[in-house]
Parts: sequence; C-alpha cells; structure tokens
Amino acid sequence: MQAEIPPFERFYVEHRDEVLGYLRRLLGQRAEDAWQETFLRALRAYDRLQHARNLRSWVFTIATNVAMDELRVKPQPPVDEAPVSEIRRDAFRELEHLTGDLPPTERAAVVLRYGYDLPYAQIADALGSSEDAARAAASSGVRRLRRTHERHA
Amino acid sequence: MNVTPDLDHRFREAALREGLIDVRYDIVESPVGDLFVAATDRGLARISYRLEGMEETLARTFGSRVLRSPLDEVRRELDEYFAGERKVFDLPLDLRVAPFPAGVLAELAHVPYGQTETYGALAAKAGRPRAARAVGTVMNRNPIPIVLPCHRIVGANGSLTGYAGGLDVKLQLLQLEGAMLA
Repeated sequence: MQAEIPPFERFYVEHRDEVLGYLRRLLGQRAEDAWQETFLRALRAYDRLQHARNLRSWVFTIATNVAMDELRVKPQPPVDEAPVSEIRRDAFRELEHLTGDLPPTERAAVVLRYGYDLPYAQIADALGSSEDAARAAASSGVRRLRRTHERHA
Repeated sequence: MNVTPDLDHRFREAALREGLIDVRYDIVESPVGDLFVAATDRGLARISYRLEGMEETLARTFGSRVLRSPLDEVRRELDEYFAGERKVFDLPLDLRVAPFPAGVLAELAHVPYGQTETYGALAAKAGRPRAARAVGTVMNRNPIPIVLPCHRIVGANGSLTGYAGGLDVKLQLLQLEGAMLA
C-alpha cells in the first residue's frame, strides 16, 4: 500500500530543525531567510506531490537549491560557529569548520554526505546531478578540506 | 539546531499570507475540554472533541496543506459562548457534506439557544418525517458541534441519548444554556 502524503504540518514539524541546521552549515547567518524560502517552496509544491516516499531528501533538495542560489549570488558566506549536534563522523567534525571555503556544489555534497548521512543517490537528487557526479563532488570536497586543514595545521 | 518560536511564527504567517494553506487548525481550551477547531478560507470547517489524528482527517477532506495557526475569531466566539455571553454564532461555515446531511444541519442551525428538539421533529423540518434514525446519524457525524447545536437534539421521551463529546458534555452545554430538561 502506498503511504499517504502526511498533512503538511507533520512534514514541517518533522524536518524544520534539521533543515535549519543544514542551511546554517551552508550559509551561516544567512540561513534563516533561506530556511523560510525552503518551506514556502515545499508548500507551493506540496499539493502536487504524487507519493510520500523520500520526503526528507525532497526537502533537502529544495534547501540545497535555495542555498545554491544564495551562494551563487553572494559567495563565501561566513561560517557559523554554532555547536553542531548531529555529526556522525569524526573526520567531518574535524574538518567541518573549513567547509565555508568550498565551492557550493562540493560544500552541499560534503555536508549532505558526512553531516546528514544521505546516500549518494539522494545527494544526486538534491544536486540535480548523477550519482557519480555527487560522489565526485563529495570526494573532491573532502580532498580540498584536507589540504586546507593541513595548511592550517 | 532548533527553529525559534519567532522564526516558526514568521513562516506560518508567510504561508497564510501567500494563500498556500488548504485548512488551518488550532486547539482551543474550553470548560468541556480542549477542542480541535479548523477553518478554511470559506469559514469554520470542523470542531472536534477528539484531538488525535485530526490533521489526517482534515487532509483527506480539504487537502494536504494543513497548518496549525491561531484561529482568533473562532476562539473569541467560543469563549463568549462558554461565558454565557453569546447565544448565536456569527462565524461563516465551510460545510462539505452530502445533500441530506446538509439539509438536516441547516435546520439544526435554527434550533434556538436553550431549547431542545427531538430527532423526529428535526427530521420533519428537514422534510423527512420518518427519518429520525438517519437524523441521529447526521447528529453523530456533525462536523461542527457546539456551533451547529446537535447537543439540543434529544430523544422523544426527553432522554439525552448520545453525544460525540460524551453525555456529560451534552448535559453541561444544555445547563449552560439554561435549557429545561425532562
């Protein structure tokens, strides 16, 4: 049986905090406007959703698009220093404060992969690219982070 | 990273301002317990004594874009009613029911404050004098109790029979209105 599309309120309450966290990592202080725009875009499209599968990656896709638009207009945002609570990988924790120097696509790929544990198929959806390209963006981002880290060390 | 109440509030305001919401709802405290209330652009659409799972019920009837948001006008009229200061509700209603229930509920709306009517009499007013039982079913499924006063409908012998909010609530509402009970 196909899952029913949840009432928007449930979808919103379930994802609002982690999407804000994601956008803070990408945009720093500019995250709040992007966060509101993300959920307004989701709401505009919500009544046309065909199924309830992968709503999480769907909203990350929208957030990524909003963040990309923002980063292309105003590159090099300040990196937010707020404590991060959901990191799952030690390596990423060590490197995360440097993601502000990455190009937008690499940055989104790295944060989605290591900050949110999204599979590459879903990251590809979010970036509007192939799975290979998403994998390449994440690994190129990580290499770039390591180099920056070594320079700083 | 938690969304602050202020940010949350701004989003809900923006969503309403842009007209993106099919139906919004709120929880209103009352002397008969918390009430789930919902409204569309057309008017008050639902009052429920049951709170759980109501978002899903709304989504199925009115659309998936369901959002919690204060319904100040509804809250104010209900507060006035429970304070004994309001005898007639002025809220526009959004009733989406089949023709027969719609006719019965339209007649129900005219049963005056503080008075009771029998199922049979209401059936007769709706043009179906022998449909007392069907009228009972319509009362049972009344989407907007209190405002559409199904608590004023009683059995032929004056017994309270039944009520979605419980018989004690039915009695409480009738006593609030000063109804003469058998």
